[in-house]
Amino acid sequence: MAALLPSPVVLLVVGLAGLLTIACRPTTQPPEAVPGNALPGNFPTPWYALNQNPPNQAAFELGKQLFYEVKLSRDGSVSCGSCHRQEAAFAQANQSFSRGVNNRLGVRNAPALQNLRWRHSLLWDGGVSNLEMLPLAPLTNPVEMDESLDNVLVKLNADATYSQRFAAVYGAGPITSQQFLRALAQFTASLTSANSRYDHYVHGERGGTLSIQEVRGLQLFRKSCAGCHATDLFTDESFRNNGLDASFASDSGRAHITDTPRDRGKFKVPSLRNVAHTAPYMHDGRFATLGQVLAHYDHGVVASATLDPQLRQADGRLGIPLTAKQQKDLEAFLRTLTDTSFLSDPRLAKPQ
Amino acid sequence: MKAFATASRFCQLGFALCMLVSCKDTQQDEVLAPPTGKVVLEFDHVVGNQALDLETTTYTNAAGNPFTVNTFNYYISNIKLTQADGTVWSETESYHLVKESDASSQQVTLQQVPAGKYTRLTFTIGVDSARNVAGAQAGALEPRNGMFWTWNSGYIFTKLEGRSEQAPGNKALIFHIGGFKAPNNTIRTISPALPGNAPLQVQASHDLQVHLKVDVLGMFNGPTPNDNIDFRTLYDVMGGREAVRLADNYAAGMFRIDYVK
Repeated sequence: MAALLPSPVVLLVVGLAGLLTIACRPTTQPPEAVPGNALPGNFPTPWYALNQNPPNQAAFELGKQLFYEVKLSRDGSVSCGSCHRQEAAFAQANQSFSRGVNNRLGVRNAPALQNLRWRHSLLWDGGVSNLEMLPLAPLTNPVEMDESLDNVLVKLNADATYSQRFAAVYGAGPITSQQFLRALAQFTASLTSANSRYDHYVHGERGGTLSIQEVRGLQLFRKSCAGCHATDLFTDESFRNNGLDASFASDSGRAHITDTPRDRGKFKVPSLRNVAHTAPYMHDGRFATLGQVLAHYDHGVVASATLDPQLRQADGRLGIPLTAKQQKDLEAFLRTLTDTSFLSDPRLAKPQ
Repeated sequence: MKAFATASRFCQLGFALCMLVSCKDTQQDEVLAPPTGKVVLEFDHVVGNQALDLETTTYTNAAGNPFTVNTFNYYISNIKLTQADGTVWSETESYHLVKESDASSQQVTLQQVPAGKYTRLTFTIGVDSARNVAGAQAGALEPRNGMFWTWNSGYIFTKLEGRSEQAPGNKALIFHIGGFKAPNNTIRTISPALPGNAPLQVQASHDLQVHLKVDVLGMFNGPTPNDNIDFRTLYDVMGGREAVRLADNYAAGMFRIDYVK
């Protein structure tokens, strides 16, 4: 009789098994409510960890509303989404410089916003160190939104809908700058692009086929470009002078942040994901096409004291020698980095 | 039925064990909680021998430049007290923004300091590098306090703005000292001498008052004449190499403990 009694240990085991069953149950889950919650297997460890601002649907939706909110600008004319457009991987297509309030012209090309969770520093010169603080730069820049954090909070606190939505996520009370910045980061951290044909190719998945030309391009890329455009994020997060100019009087790049002469003319190596949709290229948007960019590396590189050593060949030649055929191969490969699902994901689009 | 009873008894036993453990803890706390006291740090802003007045009074630095001050703010962080045997007490969440324009900010009360004799007071002028990159903060570190750079993100550790007739252009003086990365790291941690080397006696019965003179001239008058700042050539600093010169100056000579009582 006693042998039939479940002992506490057995109960415990059964209980644990129950828990495990729940955790490990194979799922046909609906699409994530918060996009970008999953960390792609071919990416390194994220810099802005999930647990720093745990993804939450209400906070994400609030962050999205703020991203597309024109109240963030002084005169209500522009939002983040005005210059960071989803169809261009959250860059601005065909604009070297974007327009801020009063139609003021910016001084650098609006960079794509994607895979920001993995970025060690933000902006072309790396001036911002934490994703949550990123919005303060465009918000306060006179040629962008020309607004103060104080005034944005006044406007948001005066809006009953925002008050309710913030209270629902962060609890009752006036909206604080910390809540505002963390809500925006819920959206910007969700902009993960890892679903290109190239990704399916590396994962050996269905639909992951590359043409012979694209594979040639990939091989050449790994040999000649991946020194800077490293890992499957296609950037090593460093700052480099890629030989655009002989001097940098109008924009010293990284040196603007570090006040160090050896950083003059260096800019953040950009990711190349969705690069076919983020034209124009470079920090000043000087190149309109990928063909022009590749031609620059072949024969346009200009010498200066801080030119990246990888752009000086052993024979003294500058740049990366590329035949016309090689340039075509590289361009074909770069187009496999387009992630159509990211560019058209309705969850990232402006709320109706 | 019996199975349920066994399981139930097991649960009761577990619950009772938990209760026992927690009751014991409480009792221990009551018996062993050591006495604590308060230490009040007072930051008294002066310019040499004169009190600091915003805008109204003209002062002169060692380089002979006359100047007035409109704004004088700085962060004090990571306050620590050390006993002779090396035991260190650290204030938790130790970030304070001290402003000449806000008298209440010039008094920082350290709560629940274990009673004892402390031979060293240590604090950072500025904000440690971890918090500079930690994301959106609240309280003293909230970015609305006008002490955060948005384009080169990080805290302005010390902000002095004013005017000198000898400064070029519009005569404005702008000294925003900050930056937490080599080679232009301006985080400075100091331990000002205790008057007469007498230890700070922290006790429950008395709030210890530590009065510091904070001398604005400490930014501009360096340890040697070569370190002096001349407003004819240096009047607009926002981080970078020049900020390091000012940070070195003020680490050496801006804070002095005047008296303790």
